[in-house]
Amino acid sequence: MNGVELRDVTKAYAGITVMENINLEISDGDFLVLLGPSGCGKSTLLNMIAGLEPVTGGSIDINGRDVTALEPDERDIAMVFQSYALYPTMSVRKNIGFGLKMAGMPKPDIEERVKEVAELLQITPLLDRKPSQLSGGQQQRVAIGRALVREPAVFLFDEPLSNLDAKLRADMRIELKRLHERLGRTIVYVTHDQIEAMTLATKVVVLDRGSVQQADTPENVYRRPANRFVASFVGAPTMNFVDGTLVREGDQMFFDTGKGKLPLVDVPAQANEMVGRPMTLGARPEHLMFDDAGISARVVLAEPTGPDQYVRLAVAGAEMTARSGPEQAFKPGADIGIVIDGARMSLFDLENGQALLEG
Amino acid sequence: MAEPAPDVLQRSDDQKIPIKSGKKRWRPQWSAGVALIPAMTITIVCFYGFIIWTFIISLTRSRLLPVYKFTGFDQYVRLFANERWWTAMQNLAIHGFLFIGGCVVFGYLLAILIDRGVKAEGMFRTLFMLPLSMSFIVTGVIWQWVMNPGLGLQEAVRALGWASFEFNWIVRPDRSIYTLAIAGIWQQVGLCMALFLAGLRNIDPNIWKASRVDGIPVWRVYLHIITPMMRTVFFTVFILMSAIVMKAFDLVVALTGGGPGFSSDLPARFVVDHILNRQELGLGAAGAFVLLCTVIAVISPYIYFELKKERGGRGH
Amino acid sequence: MRYNRWALYGLLCLAAIMIMAPVFIMISTSLKSMDEIRNGSIFTLPADPSFAAWSKAWLGDCTQTLGKKCGGLSSSFMTSVQIVIPALILSVGLGAVTGYSLAVWKMKGANVMFAALLVGMFIPPQVTLYPLIIMIRELGIFGSIPGLILVHVIWGVAFTTMMFRNFFKTVPQDLLKAARIDGAGFWALFWHVMLPLSLPILGVAMILQFTYIWNDFLLGLTFGGRSGQPMTVALNNLVGSQFGEKEYNVDMAATMLTALPTLAVYLLSGRLFVRGIAAGAVKG
Ligand SMILES: Nc1ncnc2c1ncn2[C@@H]1O[C@H](COP(=O)(O)OP(=O)(O)O)[C@@H](O)[C@H]1O
Ligand SMILES: [Mg+2]
Repeated sequence: MNGVELRDVTKAYAGITVMENINLEISDGDFLVLLGPSGCGKSTLLNMIAGLEPVTGGSIDINGRDVTALEPDERDIAMVFQSYALYPTMSVRKNIGFGLKMAGMPKPDIEERVKEVAELLQITPLLDRKPSQLSGGQQQRVAIGRALVREPAVFLFDEPLSNLDAKLRADMRIELKRLHERLGRTIVYVTHDQIEAMTLATKVVVLDRGSVQQADTPENVYRRPANRFVASFVGAPTMNFVDGTLVREGDQMFFDTGKGKLPLVDVPAQANEMVGRPMTLGARPEHLMFDDAGISARVVLAEPTGPDQYVRLAVAGAEMTARSGPEQAFKPGADIGIVIDGARMSLFDLENGQALLEG
Repeated sequence: MAEPAPDVLQRSDDQKIPIKSGKKRWRPQWSAGVALIPAMTITIVCFYGFIIWTFIISLTRSRLLPVYKFTGFDQYVRLFANERWWTAMQNLAIHGFLFIGGCVVFGYLLAILIDRGVKAEGMFRTLFMLPLSMSFIVTGVIWQWVMNPGLGLQEAVRALGWASFEFNWIVRPDRSIYTLAIAGIWQQVGLCMALFLAGLRNIDPNIWKASRVDGIPVWRVYLHIITPMMRTVFFTVFILMSAIVMKAFDLVVALTGGGPGFSSDLPARFVVDHILNRQELGLGAAGAFVLLCTVIAVISPYIYFELKKERGGRGH
Repeated sequence: MRYNRWALYGLLCLAAIMIMAPVFIMISTSLKSMDEIRNGSIFTLPADPSFAAWSKAWLGDCTQTLGKKCGGLSSSFMTSVQIVIPALILSVGLGAVTGYSLAVWKMKGANVMFAALLVGMFIPPQVTLYPLIIMIRELGIFGSIPGLILVHVIWGVAFTTMMFRNFFKTVPQDLLKAARIDGAGFWALFWHVMLPLSLPILGVAMILQFTYIWNDFLLGLTFGGRSGQPMTVALNNLVGSQFGEKEYNVDMAATMLTALPTLAVYLLSGRLFVRGIAAGAVKG
């Protein structure tokens, strides 16, 4: 198949396994984001796809060709680094053209391609500068240009935006997304920033401690996290977790924490079979709904963020965060009633943290 | 991004970059291995191989030419019974103590003086390090002239009116070894100063601010706070100067010629003399090997720390 | 406070004077006549400065030749130049490639090899002197300039390798990865990326190697023979020769001539020398 395929890829450094049995299928044209906390092995995985690190076990295909034993320049890939990694002693023009020169392309053709890419990225006026004379954002564009000019089957990005300030990062995010839409090439993109993952990806792969936790569309990863780790890693402010049991009283379902009963509304039918079983409830702040008929919660603190405010509540022996519009005023100490949106909440096994609800 | 830009990636296949491929392609790692061969050969053969060879010679009766008739440790027995060798070893200890001590003390003092924020710092530094660019031979010849008892410093000071002034160490068997330290310190003090200065410049400026706030006198800060913080620099300086002392050959040759008699001889000169001039190859080799053991004893903590630093500092 | 500043400058000037005095004495003696030296003091300036001693030191005294040559330093100056330039280029070049290879291409045993090399820098040359003599003799280049060049490369490579290896270790990993993705192999990475990056270190290594090789005495003495006598050896012979009356002005002029090249390099290179000397200090 076109795209990238990883089969049982394993990586160990000096006998210590850091990646275990990674299986991934990246379809042609996908924008795949590898998301995970620092040190989980994202860069290692990307480097293995690039051929910069040998795999310890398993195999990697790119566009249907087994590249496991090939050098990076034989793999039809290009890579953009967090540090940009521009050659400090070369001009921007030489930086972009270096890969083509190494591939033995004639000078006039290199000139031509560099010109096209520079126009596409609007860096033509910078072509004769040295990297040290460029701003961070400009260096970033040159780094992308260096990848584009190779016209590879797969682009690899390792946290390319982490060194930019917030505003520039948002702009570049949009540009990357447009670029992907225009070129339609496969992109594998590493980040620890869930906003980038959510906004850019057509498919997100959440990694933790060297193994894949969930591989799905961004919506599904957010809506139906496969386990507690994914649930807590994706979403800000983070999901609320409380331990307890599902109980039914007449038509009404509750989540009993032992110190209080959280009322659940619109609970899916599959939850019926789980009544009485100890588990963890996961509810995002927007899943807590203010309702005077609900359980009484005490306001601890309100944090306005501008468009929203997040309200810290003491309820049923736990602390939870709820989201509200900016208009309402919450006084610390005041009581307020809440219910939980059972249709969107998550339930996790107490032991292994796996999600219990499907779909 | 410009909207109507050319569609860069839409090319026909023959326009694509040729992707090099093939299992038989030469790997850069192999080139790296090949590139190491000359240096590796030098290291293995000319350093370690030759050390072993010298050791082997030291176990034989070789005199003018190497003969491989083994006599066990006879040459070492002869060496340790050799009075000149003992003079040389004793001199090594005296010279080492004076030279290293002098370099450390004066180098540190000069570094502190410069570190106090002086104008023309660059000029002072250049002057202090100037002797470093000269060879030991040049240094020895200059000082031989300066210390010349008939026409040098002694006469010059006497001519100024101090008639009883005496400075004729270079011709006195009981003093000549000290002249070595004088010339040696003159030449190397600049290096020690530079190393100490680099260390002082590395010290967190907040320490100075804090001690200013606390009202601690400057000399106390240097003595009780800065000096203990500089212990790795002291260690490095000590090691570097030790290495110089133990290799010291040129300076003795040019300054005193090891004399008067053998009174200022050093082991390095003893070894060269026995190998090159005296046709006592076996004895010279034994001396060389003892010298090497002394070097190793002093240097090994340094190498150990260097490598440990290396390991500790490795990130990913 | 004022007082302290004066004391500070006073001490520094005193130290500077003490360090410069021998240099001053050397120069002033070399400009005097022997009569003036005998009757005056080493502190006095030459009454009638003359370069006669310099010219005698350089060209020799052809009226009282002891052999075929006049005994001046000019021929050994040429020998030193012929030794230094190739030895400098070869040792720095080899050190750059070796250091690069060790630092960048993570091979098994690279660290062990580097440690072995590092230890090699501390080995006193006396310890391997005799086997080296045999090797150079077997190669048929004993007592010749090529022999000395080879010996200097052997003794210099540990130091130059260390300098380059430690520098190349500081090059960010990402840069190396980017170059590999661009398809740069071993030599392309070296020529196009690493060597241009290392220009300052290259300068430092060149300057220090120049200084070390020019100033060497032991190897020149051992391996130079008659035809390969470098300047330091010639100077030592000149000063140590027992024939005739000692001419201190010629001795000092010869010393000055021997010291001039490295002194000039030192004064011209300024910061680079200072920067490198700390790293290169291990090689006394
Ligand atoms: N060269 C290496 N040697 C040993 N361990 C390594 C090396 N490179 C990475 N690791 C380990 O592999 C794990 C994953 O690292 P990495 O892929 O860089 O994480 P991420 O990019 O997700 O932050 C980390 O625990 C790291 O310590
Ligand atoms: Mg990373």
